[in-house]
Amino acid sequence: MSESKLKRVDLIFGEYSNTKYKVLADTLKRRNEDILEDLMESGLKGRGGAGFPTAMKWKLAADAPSDTKYVICNADEGEPGTFKDREILSRVPRKVFSGMAICGKVIGAQKGYIYLRSEYKFLLPELTRELEMFHEHIGKMGFDFPIEIKLGSGAYICGEESALFESMEGFRGEPRNKPPYPTTHGFMGKPTVINNVETFVNVVMIMRLGPVQFKLLGTTDSRGSKVFSVSGDTPIPGIYELELGMPLDRFVEEFGDGDTKAVQVGGASGFCVPRKKFKDTIIGFEGVPTGGSMMLFNSSRSMYNVLHNYLDFFEEESCGQCTPCRVGCQQLRKGIVAVKKGDKKAGYLDQLLKLSESMKITAKCGLGQSVANSFSSIVNNFKEEMIY
Amino acid sequence: MTNEHLIRDLVKKHGRSRVALLPILQGVVDANNFISDSDMVEIAKELDLSAAQVFGTATFYSFLSTEPLGKYVIRVCKTITCDMHGKKQIVQTIEEMLKVKVGETTPNKKFSLLETNCLGWCHEGPAMLINEKPFTGLTPERVHDIISEYISKS
Ligand SMILES: Cc1cc2nc3c(=O)[nH]c(=O)nc-3n(C[C@H](O)[C@H](O)[C@H](O)COP(=O)(O)O)c2cc1C
Ligand code: SF4
Repeated sequence: MSESKLKRVDLIFGEYSNTKYKVLADTLKRRNEDILEDLMESGLKGRGGAGFPTAMKWKLAADAPSDTKYVICNADEGEPGTFKDREILSRVPRKVFSGMAICGKVIGAQKGYIYLRSEYKFLLPELTRELEMFHEHIGKMGFDFPIEIKLGSGAYICGEESALFESMEGFRGEPRNKPPYPTTHGFMGKPTVINNVETFVNVVMIMRLGPVQFKLLGTTDSRGSKVFSVSGDTPIPGIYELELGMPLDRFVEEFGDGDTKAVQVGGASGFCVPRKKFKDTIIGFEGVPTGGSMMLFNSSRSMYNVLHNYLDFFEEESCGQCTPCRVGCQQLRKGIVAVKKGDKKAGYLDQLLKLSESMKITAKCGLGQSVANSFSSIVNNFKEEMIY
Repeated sequence: MTNEHLIRDLVKKHGRSRVALLPILQGVVDANNFISDSDMVEIAKELDLSAAQVFGTATFYSFLSTEPLGKYVIRVCKTITCDMHGKKQIVQTIEEMLKVKVGETTPNKKFSLLETNCLGWCHEGPAMLINEKPFTGLTPERVHDIISEYISKS
């Protein structure tokens, strides 16, 4: 694609180092303060969706007084339309392990876990083999940092960090109240850093390139690049590493099929952007953030069907712990069906919008709080499709 | 039927702490595709938990079935992008071949057909899992060949 206007980046899947585990070996020799300073300087924000500054998270856990601490890699990737963590784990697992070990050194953790969704269980043999080699290498560096893989069992909510801890501890994957936060009370109640797969890889590349070069990519609010999972109505679906902070119209120009009417940015819990807003929408923390999911829809698609599909998803995946989410998801789905059938007047949509807004305030965790994102952005931008 | 030996082996491998519960439940599903009531009672005894606690954890997870499932569990992705690219025809093909509907198990207990949420293969949809193994880029013809192959397996 020589005429491409979007800058392609080759950080995540690019070369690790010329000799095996060199970045890790070099970094383990550095002082913790220097590593943290580089991370702070890089401006790296978490790639799991929420975008919390990584350096700050690590610093909080490093400062938490405890003899036992943990590093956890969140590989539960369940957001509809996201498949980049699978690709990262199968193509560059060494970078993921290295990022975890660097974190272990900085915060003073003795052990790392990868929480892998059961849908990706087929990766297990290869990852186990890679881990054996990793343990051998890191042993030679004089740093003891065992990493163990824990499998999920088919529950999207377990990607939420506190639900993930509950699941690893043998309980139902029901999110905890926050605060306290994982950096002081995480897995087994101990200080824990939990990061997305891609975040750990970014750390390694910042260690390799230095923060200055990393910062050349992206914008002030969204430093670096991002792995995007592109699917839907596109002639070229797949995984693409692009700079953060790009305008959506250029993205559509490159990935659309010439007839794109909407892009769902950030999966079912993200936002739907209609054609007329492509130009003014920036993909990044200053605009519409995304964990990487980009689903394109052309004019042959019914946005009612899209929303219905998302609401089915939320209704099934809600852990059911709090009423606004458990009942709210059901009511939203039933509500749009009733309007479509004509059992309810079009004005009922406004009531549903209010319900989704109150879920945003009253639901206990990010699942229930973010249903309103797709609900209101689809209903408000495609009202006719909801009614007729 | 309880799998006392299986459960004892799993307990030996994973230990008796609460943290061991999920790996033990997963181990039972790996062996039998589901966890029976008597399995749960047995696990509760081994880990010194109440059966209700074991039941509570097991029933939370969609991949830990507490109902008998077939030897091969087919999970077809029903997320919007797979749906847009022909999921319905895939499900229909399987339903016709196995003579079951989504959610059912064949009388010979060989296959269960289920639908599931995003499998993480949206760029190569429609996609499905048969037990752990992913199959992507499905067409009715391709899925016909895949299922035929599984039918001829013992
Ligand atoms: C419902 C829900 C599902 C989530 N699923 C994931 C996931 O699959 N992977 C992930 O990295 N983060 C997921 N998160 C975000 C995590 O809670 C957490 O913020 C993240 O792992 C932190 O890593 P980061 O700082 O590197 O982004 C989810 C959050 C919610 C509310
Ligand atoms: S918002 Fe939904 S998923 Fe989150 S705790 Fe409440 S019921 Fe569970």
